[in-house]
Amino acid sequence: MTVKSWLEMAIQDAERRGLPELKPLLEGLAKATSALRTAEWNADATGEFDRPRERDER
Amino acid sequence: MSAEAQTIAELSRALKARDATAEAVLDRCLQRVTERNGTLNAFITIFEHEARAQAREADREIAAGKHRGPLHGVPISIKDLFDVRGSATTAASRVRQDHLADADAPSIAALRRAGAVFVGKTNLHEFAFGTTNEDSAYGPARHPLDPNRSPGGSSGGSAASVADGMCYASMGTDTGGSIRIPSAACGLVGLKPTIGELSTDGVVPLSTTLDHIGPLCRSVEDASILYDVLRGGSARPSGKPIDLRALKFGIPRDYFLSVLDPQVASAFDSACARLRDAGATLDEVSIPHAGDVAAIYLHIVLTEAAAYHAKTLERRPEDYTPNVRIRLEMGRYVLGEDYARALRGRELIRREVDAALDGVDGLFLPALAIPAPKIGVPMVRVGPTEEPVRNVMLRCTQAFNVSGHPAITLPCGSTTEGLPLSAQIVGVYRDTAGLLQVARAVESVVAARAENYLGPGRSR
Repeated sequence: MTVKSWLEMAIQDAERRGLPELKPLLEGLAKATSALRTAEWNADATGEFDRPRERDER
Repeated sequence: MSAEAQTIAELSRALKARDATAEAVLDRCLQRVTERNGTLNAFITIFEHEARAQAREADREIAAGKHRGPLHGVPISIKDLFDVRGSATTAASRVRQDHLADADAPSIAALRRAGAVFVGKTNLHEFAFGTTNEDSAYGPARHPLDPNRSPGGSSGGSAASVADGMCYASMGTDTGGSIRIPSAACGLVGLKPTIGELSTDGVVPLSTTLDHIGPLCRSVEDASILYDVLRGGSARPSGKPIDLRALKFGIPRDYFLSVLDPQVASAFDSACARLRDAGATLDEVSIPHAGDVAAIYLHIVLTEAAAYHAKTLERRPEDYTPNVRIRLEMGRYVLGEDYARALRGRELIRREVDAALDGVDGLFLPALAIPAPKIGVPMVRVGPTEEPVRNVMLRCTQAFNVSGHPAITLPCGSTTEGLPLSAQIVGVYRDTAGLLQVARAVESVVAARAENYLGPGRSR
């Protein structure tokens, strides 16, 4: 699931549950999740990134 | 009570020599609570009857020649997140208003065996989920120097109680900085040992893989005394003082010093200069992915907190304070794959902190990027930018919950308004005793403990 899709679904669910005040928090969380997912140290199924790399290994 | 006894070490010597009595010392502390708790809201529960009985027993044992050690007869407070047998562990929440602990947490049992006198349970940010202590079912705890300001959090009542002279030390918890942030805000020494060294059993969790326990107190020697007791008497550092000229420190400048209040930056620079003047070596080091720490931390703490609170969020949502409830709800939306990414990032950060510590005796950095913030103000100006108070308060501390390395705060100056400013030393993984020895040497150069003590006769 992309962060965009996740955010849309999360906001929709929060509103359904009567928690519209969650929206700005979820938007902030989405930014943090995007940062996490795009970090260069993420694993990759190709095997190219089998372990988190130190910066000087890039 | 000896009027000069400001630390546990000093008080213990007086009690052992019978120059002071535990009952008289406790009287002074309880008097201070009576005078000041209405303003500071540091305590949720006062154990007056039980504390007097503990103090009487301590005096009786010491008079009979049975001195249990440096905590015997010493008044301490306990964050209301620890189980103390026969009392509620409220976590500052209505969710736990009917709770009753039937046994002491192991850490509390160790303190009880050492003869400590329990003054009471202190206020905190509800379920330890915040840095300001503003969200508590019992109302906010307030800063001893300025009641319009936060004492920091989440162990805010603990810090206020020690800084104001209501007790000599407090037990706190630290998931992202909750011992070190209030210690820094209130001019105290706050110790977060290496992760997993001290049992968190009997302590209400926030994030089970990030939670630590440790003391807030007035000197590194006092932190060593408490750490030793909590480790079962096996952690007493060697008495041999460390020569500062032999010490090397790494300063992780890039991330940790990039967003600092100008007065914090100035006090930190001054502390560095004092260390250099004393002969220590300070060099810059790098934690290359420190900028990823906030995202890593957030995904771990939200997920683990949401798992613990899911049932009560469904059944009793109205019993949480609104801000804490909504932040806990946010955690229920984190995807498993993102939690897994955060755990992977955590391993990287741990290795990078290890690498930064290679060849040095500790990392030296500020403990808190801003002075104690005003209560009810969610944003704060830091240099040219406005920052969320929560984010900026966690900025210097949360990395070492993620990495698990031991860390300690030391007061190192004050603002023009007299608010304390603090430095932090991060030690080698699983060598908290070594960190304490290094900190004791640094304290002798950078700290001004007496100036920060606010207890009886010293209020500013």
